[in-house]
Amino acid sequence: MILVIDLCSEKLHHHEFVKPIQDILTKHKIKFRTHHYDQINEKILKGKDKVIICGTSLQDNQFIVDLDKFNWILNKLKDKPILGICAGMQILGLLFGGKLKKKTEIGFYNENFQKKFLGLKGQNQFYHLHKNYVDFNKNWDRFTDSKIPQAVKHKEKEFYGCLFHPEVRQKDLIKTFCLLK
Amino acid sequence: MADDYGSTVHSVYLLFNGHKTMKLAALFTGGKDSTYAIYLAKQQGNEITCLITLNSQNLDSYMFHTPAIELTELQAEAMNLPIIVQITPGKKEKELTDLKKAIKLGIKKYKIQGVVTGAVESIYQASRIQKICDNLKIECFNPLWQKDQTELMEELLKNDFKFILTSVAAEGLSKKWLGKIISLKKFDELKKLNQKIGISICGEGGEFETLVLDSPLFNKKIKLIKTKIEMDSKHSGRLIIEKAE
Repeated sequence: MILVIDLCSEKLHHHEFVKPIQDILTKHKIKFRTHHYDQINEKILKGKDKVIICGTSLQDNQFIVDLDKFNWILNKLKDKPILGICAGMQILGLLFGGKLKKKTEIGFYNENFQKKFLGLKGQNQFYHLHKNYVDFNKNWDRFTDSKIPQAVKHKEKEFYGCLFHPEVRQKDLIKTFCLLK
Repeated sequence: MADDYGSTVHSVYLLFNGHKTMKLAALFTGGKDSTYAIYLAKQQGNEITCLITLNSQNLDSYMFHTPAIELTELQAEAMNLPIIVQITPGKKEKELTDLKKAIKLGIKKYKIQGVVTGAVESIYQASRIQKICDNLKIECFNPLWQKDQTELMEELLKNDFKFILTSVAAEGLSKKWLGKIISLKKFDELKKLNQKIGISICGEGGEFETLVLDSPLFNKKIKLIKTKIEMDSKHSGRLIIEKAE
């Protein structure tokens, strides 16, 4: 069972940042439950094999204000795979001591994957929608040759982050993450 | 059948941020997608304070829907909403300057805090609107983003949206489609064309454009009094609406 975390402060954004991911899981008959981050508790975490933390809108930074509400990632779910998408990736970076930096990227950008990341390799076009990124520390591997980290994995844990939105043009990445052994 | 595989708990939004609702402008083309986006925004408690229509003089605009765009004022009246109509020559970057000008007017006159669009697949359109909203520090909502096309059409039909095709531009479509309300039967025909030729059943590839004549948002139906069809070829043409009320 996958736990899908909704970061959106505005309910209307759920359609844009969470539903496309739910649709991918539904298409591949992958079981999931979705909760807003404000609701997470031990009962919700129980029985979940993996976690996907979705993105949110450019103007929505409430998740950074509420960063302490994600301490369960460090304390309760430390051995389960997590995929953080855009804002979700920023949460992972910040929890592990990374620094938040400003960079606005909106639209299609070419990225070159030097190493395989959840099925992706080589050059491709990725949809970006962010104003910030996190400068990840040395405990994380980077997969692109870009100046700012576009895809990372923790060296010791199954924690993955991507700054781009795979639900737009790299839908298989979500499936690959969900089917990780 | 999402419920077989997952569920969403929404109740937190009622508590989160005091369940603030927003004043929004809808970027409105008069077609099915922008109208349905308004419906979803209102369903979740937001207030649509105005519509914004860009009337592009360039019939081949990549950015804006052009067929029957003049009907948006009549649709706004049917929805009892004010409308900002911005005429644009439709040159690539000038279109965006004109869109920004219209949104700025919405902020000033109608106190909008964000815009809602009917973008489904087009990164070209969506990213340009996102950039303008970001520059103006307002929210940009795309509630149909990446939505499954069959699901979208089924929801439109289930929720009683009555819409016609106002232009066609794809093999398999012809003048017989222009001006016809998309019923379940017509939707089945579109699905067959999708299987046979591969056209998008939502018209996402520009295969067709639509005009909403009635919906749960309308206080009165739009009646087409006088129309004519102009075809450029067997599979490409427009419905010209000369009189409507």
